[in-house]
Amino acid sequence: MLGVAAALFILVNGRVLGISGILGGLFFPIKGDAAWRLSFVAGVLIAPVVYTLFATPIAARIDAGWATVVIAGLLVGVGTRYGSGCTSGHGVCGLSRLSPRSLVATLAFMAAGFVTVFLVRHALV
Amino acid sequence: MYHHRLSEFIAGLLFGLGLILAGMTNPAKVIAFLDLFGAWDPSLAFVMGGAILVGLFAFTLAKKRTSNFLGGAIHLPKLKNIDRRLVLGSLIFGAGWGLAGFCPGPALVSLAAGQPKAAGFVAAMIAGMLVFELIERRQPKS
Repeated sequence: MLGVAAALFILVNGRVLGISGILGGLFFPIKGDAAWRLSFVAGVLIAPVVYTLFATPIAARIDAGWATVVIAGLLVGVGTRYGSGCTSGHGVCGLSRLSPRSLVATLAFMAAGFVTVFLVRHALV
Repeated sequence: MYHHRLSEFIAGLLFGLGLILAGMTNPAKVIAFLDLFGAWDPSLAFVMGGAILVGLFAFTLAKKRTSNFLGGAIHLPKLKNIDRRLVLGSLIFGAGWGLAGFCPGPALVSLAAGQPKAAGFVAAMIAGMLVFELIERRQPKS
């Protein structure tokens, strides 16, 4: 389903499905460049509402405390813009179009994720 | 323009539903995927692999076409260089991802599902993006 969404977005709308890039372009939008971003984001935001119409919500567990959540959010915000992409843009779309840049980015954020979880879960406790 | 907006909305909806069904909106599952040295749960690798498999066909086709199905341009990234920005940015992102278990898409979905911590994460993420954007705009483009 994630692949289908990315496929539709590039083929029908001609856009790479990258969440951080779509969001980041909304802050100082060039004229005529905001509407497609907003309708896509509206679709993402309505998804949990549609999901609960047909199924019971999947339980989500967030172990991180508030301070960690906020620090993590800041890191993800800065990092995805500085590195030009996140899991969807580099990880799914970038690897799909066989981009060496996205392969490097994906390896980097996966490695950082592995190391961070190792440190938090196993080394620092 | 109506069908443009509708198709973008549908892509967003499918993407959001896909994230929920895959378990990406559950930070505990994402952390378990990143926990190589603990009780490693590799299932999200198959989610990503499946998405890339479908994506391979789509992007191969997109590269051959000159216009999208609605007659507009196909916007593919033009940057090719592997630089410090790409690597450092991705490392920073990965650290944040590992700390909370949220990446941008699932965080948005979880915010809309009414989770307070997801809202806090998204607020901080948007603040981070905005700070980056403001710093970028103060520096002359090289």
